[in-house]
Amino acid sequence: MPIFNMDFETMPREALKAIQLSRLKTTLERVNATVPFYRDSFKKAGITPSDIKTLDDLKRIPFTTKQDLRDNYPYGMFAVPMENVIRIHASSGTTGSPTVVGYTRRDIDTWAELMARCLAAGGATSHDILHNAYGYGLFTGGLGVHYGAERLGASVIPVSGGNTKRQVIIMRDFKPTILTGTPSYILHLAEVAEEMGVSFKDLSFKAGIFGAEPWSETMRTEIESKLGLKAMDIYGLSEIMGPGVSIECIQAQKGLHIFEDHFIPEIINPETGEVLPYGETGELVFTSITKEAFPIIRYRTRDISSLNPEPCICGRTHVRMKKVSGRTDDMLIIRGVNVFPSQIEDVLMKNENILPHYQLVVDRSGNLDTLTVRVEVSDRIFSDAIKNLQIMEGKISKDIKEYLGVSAKVRLVEPKTIERSQGKAVRVIDNRKI
Amino acid sequence: MRAEQISIFLENKAGRLAEVTATLRDANVNIRALSLADTTDFGILRLIVNDNEKAEKALKQEGFTVGKTDVIAVEVDDNPGGLNQVLDPLTREGVNVEYMYAFANPHGKNAIMIFRFDNIDKAIEILSRNSINVIKGNDVYSL
Repeated sequence: MPIFNMDFETMPREALKAIQLSRLKTTLERVNATVPFYRDSFKKAGITPSDIKTLDDLKRIPFTTKQDLRDNYPYGMFAVPMENVIRIHASSGTTGSPTVVGYTRRDIDTWAELMARCLAAGGATSHDILHNAYGYGLFTGGLGVHYGAERLGASVIPVSGGNTKRQVIIMRDFKPTILTGTPSYILHLAEVAEEMGVSFKDLSFKAGIFGAEPWSETMRTEIESKLGLKAMDIYGLSEIMGPGVSIECIQAQKGLHIFEDHFIPEIINPETGEVLPYGETGELVFTSITKEAFPIIRYRTRDISSLNPEPCICGRTHVRMKKVSGRTDDMLIIRGVNVFPSQIEDVLMKNENILPHYQLVVDRSGNLDTLTVRVEVSDRIFSDAIKNLQIMEGKISKDIKEYLGVSAKVRLVEPKTIERSQGKAVRVIDNRKI
Repeated sequence: MRAEQISIFLENKAGRLAEVTATLRDANVNIRALSLADTTDFGILRLIVNDNEKAEKALKQEGFTVGKTDVIAVEVDDNPGGLNQVLDPLTREGVNVEYMYAFANPHGKNAIMIFRFDNIDKAIEILSRNSINVIKGNDVYSL
């Protein structure tokens, strides 16, 4: 697979670091001059941009949090006048009020370049037809992928999310070769296709690039075997840019290359804020070093990962982040134990090879948290004997207890009773009033 | 010798059973025999109907999970000890009954029972060796 930007993507690490440092310094000078929030934040920490002489000095700069973005809603973090902003996006606002981000013409250009790099790394070329099932609109997914595909020269079908039956017909008739969307929506698409008598394996897809929500390694196996394509994980968030911050390459599918000529990644201990060395697991923090309209310094993503600087077989030199296993704010603390939906997903898949339509419901009775895992019964796991279904429930419960150390009640539910989402799946219902 | 039974997964919610029977009614499918097994959270409805294919298609279209299982329909003497004549030889040879339910036979005076055994081949062999009347699938659907 060709590398879209050979010069930058395979740059020796020393040269890459030199570029990072110079771009970081410029960005810090700029936000200090134009964004009151950063000026105050630097002043409070007792530093000026000129104090940052090495990349290691970055750790002296305070973090930016989601709350900071909310406090400056809607345009307080913008570093250019609105007349230079040509696009506005917003985060989904699943955990509160949305955060608003802006792009200059050059930012959109950078984004398109990085998304083109991603699509190329994921196996797309200018000869491909790309079926883009990411939602178009305020969400960055749809338009982000769209501009990248155009930059790459692929043919884009801007189908967006929803209207699922129509999507199946388009996939059957237009013969797209690359599929993009959130993994949970893609599984829903596959389900609807099956109901319509269209087998994914008879379609023309060779690769899929899926992201915007954490998904497990076992879910990859399920998607690849069910859909007959190679599935790559793509990562990004609107605060940093949108999709295109990092991507798995089709050669290795092992860790997502972060485009370090545009972003500086760090892993921190989420409790203490201390920077952790390569290989250790913690919260991802990003600093954007080329953004004009909405530069962000040491943004705490809440996503859990680790960094690996080792060279990849694909030739890219940029550091790889591990597939995000969960979010610190998606993390459930159940009777003192940290639980991520993706861990439950792993247990379900390992156990019964269940298509992971599942949901975690947390309640509190008295002072005790209870976890119920709702699992949809598919034809594959259904049995006409009660005993078999009860054995399965018991086995899943036991494995959850064994792997995660929490007791969970497994509750089998009828198919299609867990609400299908067109964007990010709702994996957790927390009924606790604390 | 085997008859085909369809089974349906049902959550314990008011009206779900009626939705199944209404679906079958609208598809013009007649229920020959049924049994409902339940736990606190869910139940399994097992049915012998006059047209399996039509029933399965209609139910799947309504989003139900439908399974198919081979069962055996056995004629049981309508006399004290009638059921034991069937069960005793099976017990002696270690074949276990997973579940069973009765069938309304509008014709003969004997009862018909639907059995699901843990070892269906062995069960058929034992029953025929003991001259117990196993009713063919096609005959069951149209009785």
